[in-house]
Amino acid sequence: MAIRTIRLPDVGEGVTEAEVAEILVKPGDLVREDDPIAAVMTDKATVEITSAYSGKVVWIGGEVGKTLAIGSDLIRIEDDTAAGAEEEPKAVPVAEPATVAQSVTPVEPAKQTTPSPISAVDSGTRTAVSSPQPMPPNAAIPPRAEGAPVLASPAVRQRARDGGIDLRQVSGSGPAGRITHADLDSLFQQAGQGGGAATSSLQPQPETVETVKVAGLRRMIARRMSEANASIPHITVVEEVDVTEIEALRVKLNETRGDRPKLTLLPLIAAALVKAKQSNPKIFARYDDEADEVQYSSAVHIGIATMTDGGLMVPVLRHAEALDLFGMATEIGRLSEACRKNKAKREELSGSTITITSLGPLGAIATTPIINKPEVAILGINRMAVRPSWNGTAFVPRTMMNISASFDHRVIDGWDAAVFVQKMKVLLETPAMIFMKD
Amino acid sequence: MTDLSCNVLVIGAGPGGYVAAIRAGQLGLETIIVEQKAHGGTCLNIGCIPSKALIHAAQEFFAVREASGGHSKLGIRTSDVRIDLAKTVAWKDGIVRQLTGGVSGLLKKAGVRSVQGRARIVDGKTVAVETADGVVRISCRNLVIATGSRPVEVPSLPFGGNILSSTEALSLTAVPETLAVVGGGYIGLEIGTAYAKLGAKVSIFEAKPHILPQYDEELSRPVVARLKALGVAVHVNAMVEGYDSDQSMLRVRTGSEVTESAAEKVLVTVGRQPALEDLGLDQLRLDMEGRFIRTDTRGQTSMRGVYAIGDVTGEPMLAHRAMAQGEIVADAMVGHGGGWDKRAIPAVCFTDPELVVAGLLPDQARDTGRDVGVATYPLQANGRALTLERPDGFVRIVFDKPSGLVLGLQAVGAGCSELAGEFALALEMCATLTDIAATIHAHPTLGETVQEAALMGLGKALHA
Ligand SMILES: Cc1cc2nc3c(=O)[nH]c(=O)nc-3n(C[C@H](O)[C@H](O)[C@H](O)COP(=O)(O)OP(=O)(O)OC[C@H]3O[C@@H](n4cnc5c(N)ncnc54)[C@H](O)[C@@H]3O)c2cc1C
Repeated sequence: MAIRTIRLPDVGEGVTEAEVAEILVKPGDLVREDDPIAAVMTDKATVEITSAYSGKVVWIGGEVGKTLAIGSDLIRIEDDTAAGAEEEPKAVPVAEPATVAQSVTPVEPAKQTTPSPISAVDSGTRTAVSSPQPMPPNAAIPPRAEGAPVLASPAVRQRARDGGIDLRQVSGSGPAGRITHADLDSLFQQAGQGGGAATSSLQPQPETVETVKVAGLRRMIARRMSEANASIPHITVVEEVDVTEIEALRVKLNETRGDRPKLTLLPLIAAALVKAKQSNPKIFARYDDEADEVQYSSAVHIGIATMTDGGLMVPVLRHAEALDLFGMATEIGRLSEACRKNKAKREELSGSTITITSLGPLGAIATTPIINKPEVAILGINRMAVRPSWNGTAFVPRTMMNISASFDHRVIDGWDAAVFVQKMKVLLETPAMIFMKD
Repeated sequence: MTDLSCNVLVIGAGPGGYVAAIRAGQLGLETIIVEQKAHGGTCLNIGCIPSKALIHAAQEFFAVREASGGHSKLGIRTSDVRIDLAKTVAWKDGIVRQLTGGVSGLLKKAGVRSVQGRARIVDGKTVAVETADGVVRISCRNLVIATGSRPVEVPSLPFGGNILSSTEALSLTAVPETLAVVGGGYIGLEIGTAYAKLGAKVSIFEAKPHILPQYDEELSRPVVARLKALGVAVHVNAMVEGYDSDQSMLRVRTGSEVTESAAEKVLVTVGRQPALEDLGLDQLRLDMEGRFIRTDTRGQTSMRGVYAIGDVTGEPMLAHRAMAQGEIVADAMVGHGGGWDKRAIPAVCFTDPELVVAGLLPDQARDTGRDVGVATYPLQANGRALTLERPDGFVRIVFDKPSGLVLGLQAVGAGCSELAGEFALALEMCATLTDIAATIHAHPTLGETVQEAALMGLGKALHA
């Protein structure tokens, strides 16, 4: 018998850590080589990890929602090959193309991974001079003060890194608050067992607080949104658009569509974007702020913000410039279906050069969309409504809709933003111009 | 024109570059290292190793000469002591050859390909190397800049002739009668002290109010005392204004007073700067931090796939820092390791007495707002120091009073450089005074003073 360790492989994209989205085995399970054992989530998609060995699962190093460093121990397997075989950690190659594992969502609330600061019996200052009090391991570790230096030997630091533990969150029971191997031991143990908190029956109406770990796709979204919002100075332009004509066109096209998919407004807006790119190429770009470069692609790859059960995903309508309206409708339908079923591939979720976001009938009169980094612009579609419009002599009912477009003000000036929004307004109000050859 | 491609391309085979290349090779990455001179860089060829060789030779000569003058307390007698400096330098060059040859062997063993020539960056993925056989273009996925540093020149004292940088000073074949050292940092003091022991009349000129300005005066005091005993003239607050090579006279201003000082040779050691010129760095427009390349904790620059290590990345410019960084970038390139998380980079001045520091000096520790304790133990009370005839100096521990956590360790004393490892280990392990005090230190060694200092800090000193 030999214990084999499977480590979290490099899942590409230059990431140094990945979040565990799913654990597909439990201790005692028998697995065969190449069986899926876990799924981890990167920025873009969920990547399935397969077993490099056959044997019995004896140890699991992660739990759903936990972030592990690339190279950390993920799972240990007792294999039935010749005795005495040396333990040899193995990072398994990632299957390419990676597919989104089933049932990533709903994400279970993760168990707490850091020791809870249970009553700190030893709250007084301990000095190294006083004879050390024997401490029950981990039972009474005072919480580490925010920002206090992390004290741990290199071996402990390495072990924490391999186990995906952020030592800044760990309190140390050692002298001067040093984090010991024993502290890590109990942390790993806790992570394995989960902690059941005893509730007091003395209090008549205890306040209950449900703490739900922000994990999985939701955490990814949270991180990306705050990153985009913090690093990109947004400028948002809201404009009113008369969509009476384009709505009429859409209805007509649908009447004669035959067995082609039903058109929503989305493909028409995508077509308008393709047209607008000709005169406003700057808006369709990707900003690599590490390299201080802006990349302009000749293609129009449109991100379509899509609501799924687990949260927002942005599949990409690639080469919109090469598709007709029904072609776009078909592709958009296929992509949103893939997202809803968690089947979208990594490359279907990346590479867009502009994004459309729409809340449909919920879409309010104006929104402030957050740019889908590294793009430099996002087009928000608001709610359509019939409103009275003054045509010079009388009020007439018109179907109106506001668009809210946000731009990366580092590279898009207000002028260019306004010119682009005006162009979109003209195209959407006079749909024939979308299909006109200049 | 030849074309090569690889995963990792390292420019510069100093301690930073060669360690990065060896580790990258061991990790299975196809690696090429480019070096215009000899493997080993500044450290092995013209820095750490040659200077320590010279310092050792000077000390041996000095000890024998002292004996010949009838000054040996040990009762050693000898006569007619001379040194053949050309032979000393040849011996030093032999050590350098052995070590640089060793590095070449290690690179080869790790499967690293070496290209000899001057590298110029074309873009973040391409480097052109001028070799003896023409230009070789090398394309790579990861680029590591490890071109090291070179001495800073004083405009009024351009290098050449009798104005030496450390490089020339380490290869003189005769001991100059008079030597002026401009700059009282560790490099100037190390070489200056060696020449003083070899018989030169040495003067040191430092612009700041005291020598070794980055350390406190308590630490440098034993060094100053020893320099005086060796007959070295130490001038502080002294600005050198120029050199008259016909007269071999150095012009120095101290306050409003200008004096002249005889100097057959002038050694200028006013600092080092990153060697980044003519490297094609403007092609990359990397974020800088002053004169240095800015890197993150994994050695990555502002451009993806471009790393920088060693002296080009800033202070402290030390070989062991470069080596540690070299290992980190190699690991980073394969997604291993967590980046720089070292608590201490020890630094040693091989002056006489030697000076070693790790972690925080007392004032630096107080600046963190902690309740700081300082325990100092003199070498005078150490048996080993007395048997070595060198009771000057002390060991000092800076600690956090409430917890006993050791924040910094310093020592000054003959042979104290060997304490650097213990100091760094204590800090890296987050040792408290109790840890050090409870560790048995062998008797009789200089290391016992570290244990004694810890006991003092705990208020339990045995031998004080
Ligand atoms: C006199 C002296 C004494 C010293 N003593 C000590 C000491 O005791 N302890 C200590 O820790 N440190 C000491 N140092 C400092 C130490 O030498 C440096 O910190 C260390 O060498 C830095 O390593 P590095 O790899 O960054 O660069 P370097 O060792 O400078 O190596 C850089 C290499 O890159 C090569 N190179 C540069 N540009 C190019 C190019 N375009 N193409 C190809 N090759 C190129 C250079 O030829 C050189 O070999 C001393 C330095 C000096 C000068």
